[in-house]
Amino acid sequence: MKNMARQFDVLIIGAGVVGCAVAREMARHQLRIGVLEKEMDVAYGSSGRNSGVLHGGFTYKTGSLKAQCCVEGNQEFDRVAKELDVPFRRSGKVVVGFNEKDMASLRRFQARGEANGVRGLEIVDQKRLRELDPSAGGEFAMYSPNSGILDPMAYTIALAENARLNGVDFFFDQRVTGIERTDGVYAVKTERDVFRTRWIVNCAGLYSGAVSAMLGIDGYVIRGFKGEYIVLDKKAGAFINMPVYPAPNEKGGFATHAVPTVNGNVLIGPDSYMTDDFEDYGVTQEHIDGLIRDGEKMFSHVKREYFIRNFSGIRAKRVDPETGEVLDFVCEARDEAPHTINLVGIESPGLTSALPLARRAVSLMAEREGLKPNPDFDPARKAVRRFNGSAPAEQGKLIAEDPDYGEIVCRCENVTKAEILAAIHNPLGTCTVASVKNRTRATMGRCQGGYCETRIVRMIEEEKKKKVTEILYSRKNSYLFTGKVRG
Amino acid sequence: MAVQQKDVVIVGGGPAGLAAAVELYRRGIRNILILEREKSLGGILRQCIHDGFGLERFRQTLSGPEYAQRFIDEVEELKIPYRVDTTVIDISKDKTVRAVSPQGVLECRTKAVILAMGCRERTRGALGIPGTRPSGVYTAGVAQSYINLNNKMVGREAVILGSGDIGMIMARRLTLEGAKVKAVFEIQPYPSGLPRNIEQCLNDYGVPLYLSHTVTRIRGRSRLEGVTVAQVDEKRNPIPGTERDYSCDTLILSVGLIPENELSLVTGVRLDSRTKGAVVDENCQTNVKGVFAAGNVLQVHDLVDFVSKEAERMADAAARYLSDSSLEECGLDVKADENIAYTVPQKISGEKNFVLSLRVKRPMKNCSIRISQSGEVKKTVKMKKALPAVMIQIPVQKDDLNERENLEVSVTC
Repeated sequence: MKNMARQFDVLIIGAGVVGCAVAREMARHQLRIGVLEKEMDVAYGSSGRNSGVLHGGFTYKTGSLKAQCCVEGNQEFDRVAKELDVPFRRSGKVVVGFNEKDMASLRRFQARGEANGVRGLEIVDQKRLRELDPSAGGEFAMYSPNSGILDPMAYTIALAENARLNGVDFFFDQRVTGIERTDGVYAVKTERDVFRTRWIVNCAGLYSGAVSAMLGIDGYVIRGFKGEYIVLDKKAGAFINMPVYPAPNEKGGFATHAVPTVNGNVLIGPDSYMTDDFEDYGVTQEHIDGLIRDGEKMFSHVKREYFIRNFSGIRAKRVDPETGEVLDFVCEARDEAPHTINLVGIESPGLTSALPLARRAVSLMAEREGLKPNPDFDPARKAVRRFNGSAPAEQGKLIAEDPDYGEIVCRCENVTKAEILAAIHNPLGTCTVASVKNRTRATMGRCQGGYCETRIVRMIEEEKKKKVTEILYSRKNSYLFTGKVRG
Repeated sequence: MAVQQKDVVIVGGGPAGLAAAVELYRRGIRNILILEREKSLGGILRQCIHDGFGLERFRQTLSGPEYAQRFIDEVEELKIPYRVDTTVIDISKDKTVRAVSPQGVLECRTKAVILAMGCRERTRGALGIPGTRPSGVYTAGVAQSYINLNNKMVGREAVILGSGDIGMIMARRLTLEGAKVKAVFEIQPYPSGLPRNIEQCLNDYGVPLYLSHTVTRIRGRSRLEGVTVAQVDEKRNPIPGTERDYSCDTLILSVGLIPENELSLVTGVRLDSRTKGAVVDENCQTNVKGVFAAGNVLQVHDLVDFVSKEAERMADAAARYLSDSSLEECGLDVKADENIAYTVPQKISGEKNFVLSLRVKRPMKNCSIRISQSGEVKKTVKMKKALPAVMIQIPVQKDDLNERENLEVSVTC
């Protein structure tokens, strides 16, 4: 890469949903923008490892950035989903209770929600609860009609692709190791390269505290709160209409819930425990057992025959180092670190809040230097047409236009060769098996790639002219093959 | 696209579908169409390059592709129509089969449907094995496909979980390709694959088999680095203190096969929770009239020879269905005792000879399988050894039975 290619007006550190949203919102202005990501694709961390819920905003302290951004993000999401062509359903959500203490908690959060500007919250009895969701546990519930479900991977990818199509450069496998500033220019060092930039936006999620320190802002403590999940087959998805959460505890924390995904599966999780290791996404028997126990209280179809996968995510909570109290989002521009915007402790509701946070980040920059609008900016992005779920007549038309739509590669999710090819040649230029998976849903079904993975691998090999040893599953060094069997 | 009219559409061009097609043709049925999603016929046999196929059916040992080719040659010779690269995506309740291929959407209205989709492998996710999610964890069939069909070597140091037949066959295959197979671990106190595979794939190559052991943790954040294995108690729970770490870059899972019945469900076919295949009668007919099932989609077989035979028996019945527009009512249930994992068929008429397939739940010695009606023993089969891994097939004569009472099957030592 030439030196010129590494000079930016703005470098964003981290390609999670917040980093991608900031990139996309910054691209509305005439700026040279780059995004540095330590993994091989966007949404590898917390952004891709969560319940995929568009939150209402009733649990966060009134006036907090969490409350403001969440309510704002919730209200605008129909338009956002349309603009970015991502799956979204305003499913509503129930927070269920079993006893008087739960009822008190629900009433408290109803009042808080109303103060935060959340519309339509109501306490419903068991009869109404069963009408809303026949498989939900609980004696009564708070119903939040404006909560919704989205695909967090698809959303992050859509933000990133829209940013890319508006000129933002993405760099993967670039873990930031140090930052220096000389003569008003930052040199951002990664394990492999050096990037130069006038501005830095810290969107490093779990590492936002560490990047703050690199910027000269000390004192932020990020604790990893890990939660595990079980993914259930779409057969279980037929029994659930909307997310079912238990009444929150005093601090507003939720235990294990049951959530339908926008693609038709069901997630059971997450639980919550602290971890010092921000890259340990393993799951444990103890926690899987706990999820089954707690999940059954929320959803009456937590059955082993429906289990198709486990995963975990880690929430980057900013805490008071003295008391351990969980603190609000930070979105700031500080004098001691000129030309930086610092987003710290963005955890749940970060998915819902990503665009509102991004707009605040842009405003902070605009207050400090005049930004010229980018006349070529296009906020719209078209998703690759999906064969699955298209009407029968439409399917015929798709195949007539492109015969690759007639070759089904992933049988469980009915993903066609045309969609796989589009994912292999995605605008971000990244290509692992997981990047194809996250763009198409191939390998996400009940056979978990038993039928399609070999085909996807062959297509990556041919399309990208890769050696077999260069084909990766998801991360750096996650090679699938040690070589050829014969010459 | 115009809707085509067929007598029979066969979903799947593997061993069951091919045998059914040939037999139907022999019975005078000509308006047949085989639909196969892969680029060529043969199904899973294409990747089974080891030998041992055909001893029952052809009295000689063949490789998987050779065994399949015998049927493919017949299909070609008889000019039975088939389409490859064609995936069935829907079978409506009125038996309209919808399939897609690069040529477009194909719709066939058919008098009979034969389900011959085979099975898929149970995955890590279904077991819920704890640990991280690195690359290097493969189901046995996927590893087999990579090595035998795709010329890709999956790893150098392997541990195998599950003593299913494909897992053991892969232990040998990996060893022959220069990988070190450290051990096979089986959670049950007995092997789940055939005795001959334990001999020929493990013992002959010095690969140890540990029964009552399972993998309790997977390690490695990018590529697999190792697994933790523990001994399990009689309830299959890991025994604390017995954990041992194995470093390896490859974990092969051979932990069970599941009949692939997604299309069957769409059609309204009722499944048996024990076999995960359709509930069928002695004609291999499902609860949906004119929809038949045979082979691994019906029950997971240990020998392909029996798949072919089952498909041929089914085809005979399907041919009768096509000429008579219906088959005899099968109102009698086949009930099994607690020592039996399942039986196929689950329904009979009592008016016809049939083959009863069953598996025992645990290894048994010197046992008797009794077939009774209302407590009266109609047939007894004595066995020196009955293993869960070996499917038991018993021909039952109509003359032994009455047409009024349910059938009871029991095994006693």
